[in-house]
Amino acid sequence: MIIKVLGPGCMNCKTLERRTSEAIQVLHLDATIEKIEDFEKIASYGIMRTPGLVIDEKLVLAGSVPTVETLKEIILAHRSMA
Amino acid sequence: MNIIDRHPIGAIIAFFPLWIILYLILRHLVDGIISLTGLAPGERLTEAVRFFLYEVPKVLLLLTMVVFIVGIIRSYFSPERTRIMLEGKPLFAGNILASMLGIVTPFCSCSAVPLFIGFVEAGIPLGVTFSFLVAAPMINEIAVVLLFGLFGWQTALIYVSAGLLIAITSGFVIGKLHVEKYVEDWVYKIRAGNITIEEVNFTFKDRIQSGFTAVKDIVGKVWPFLIVGIGVGAGIHGYVPENFMAGVMGKSVWWSVPVAVLIGVPLYSNAAGIIPIVQALLAKGASLGTVLAFMMSVIGLSLPETIILRKVLKLPLIFIFVGVVALGIIIVGYLFNVIY
Repeated sequence: MIIKVLGPGCMNCKTLERRTSEAIQVLHLDATIEKIEDFEKIASYGIMRTPGLVIDEKLVLAGSVPTVETLKEIILAHRSMA
Repeated sequence: MNIIDRHPIGAIIAFFPLWIILYLILRHLVDGIISLTGLAPGERLTEAVRFFLYEVPKVLLLLTMVVFIVGIIRSYFSPERTRIMLEGKPLFAGNILASMLGIVTPFCSCSAVPLFIGFVEAGIPLGVTFSFLVAAPMINEIAVVLLFGLFGWQTALIYVSAGLLIAITSGFVIGKLHVEKYVEDWVYKIRAGNITIEEVNFTFKDRIQSGFTAVKDIVGKVWPFLIVGIGVGAGIHGYVPENFMAGVMGKSVWWSVPVAVLIGVPLYSNAAGIIPIVQALLAKGASLGTVLAFMMSVIGLSLPETIILRKVLKLPLIFIFVGVVALGIIIVGYLFNVIY
């Protein structure tokens, strides 16, 4: 599973990246996190708010920084779909 | 899981009366504390301490309430919905709508670029987009609360109307200048389409929760600025002589408005730190128009946002953007110096 954190590097984006990696560790998942800072790439996902979260090329989150708990739920929900 | 997450509506019912009681007894509470310390009334130190002890909790209380309410209102809006509302609107009407939506749509300056791209892609005219980008940072709930708390509702209203006026006209002017060629070319090539994540159906309970989240986020972030700002303000109140500022920021000084804007544009502070200081300056003889111009240029035009926008705008358009908005602020400043 490939998880991408979309964000130019502001506070919220860094927090989301940290919490995502925390969630993955807690869940013992085999996933890689990529940080996408390039605006052209960010925009190509169609989001209008940063930070964004993309799981296996599907946009799952835009403009909010959920708690680790919520992130765990989101990640699990999208894993079961794959 | 805390109590707010489990019983948001119950939490409100408990917090509202507590808030009202605190707000009503605050003045007496502070007077009581002052008399306990044995500070003589009327002395400089006493008045500075009184100002600080009264204004900090008062502004925090107001801020909590307003941020909570705005948090609930904002849960009804999103940039995606705003974009849909603005699609196909003609220039002038679009500018008015975009400026007003700029106030209520959740926005942070780091999202300025994706938002800009989203608007361009939807075919929203550049002028309309700029109205949004001017109004969103300038008219924010923190500025409005502080103006209301420290200056009174009239000034808060003046600020909001002046901000709207500037956002509408500068967007309109930029729209008329036909600056499309100064947008970075790659912006036009992006074809992301309308990929939207499934909108969650918000219940009223969720909206109340987003009110509480907004309080936690925003009040949690700005309180140190607020304390420092009010602290400096208290010092000015107690120690700077009356009419000290009249010679520099007074009405009779014709250059005070443009200089205030020139200093204000590169200065980057959030509203919480700057407004208490500005309020103290006003009490010492600075004129409202000059102070308003200073405040708007600090809050509305920020260097970090401009640098971020450089990713999508070519340099000439950056200058046009800053120039048109700065000019609008200067005109508003002069206008208020003449009226008051």
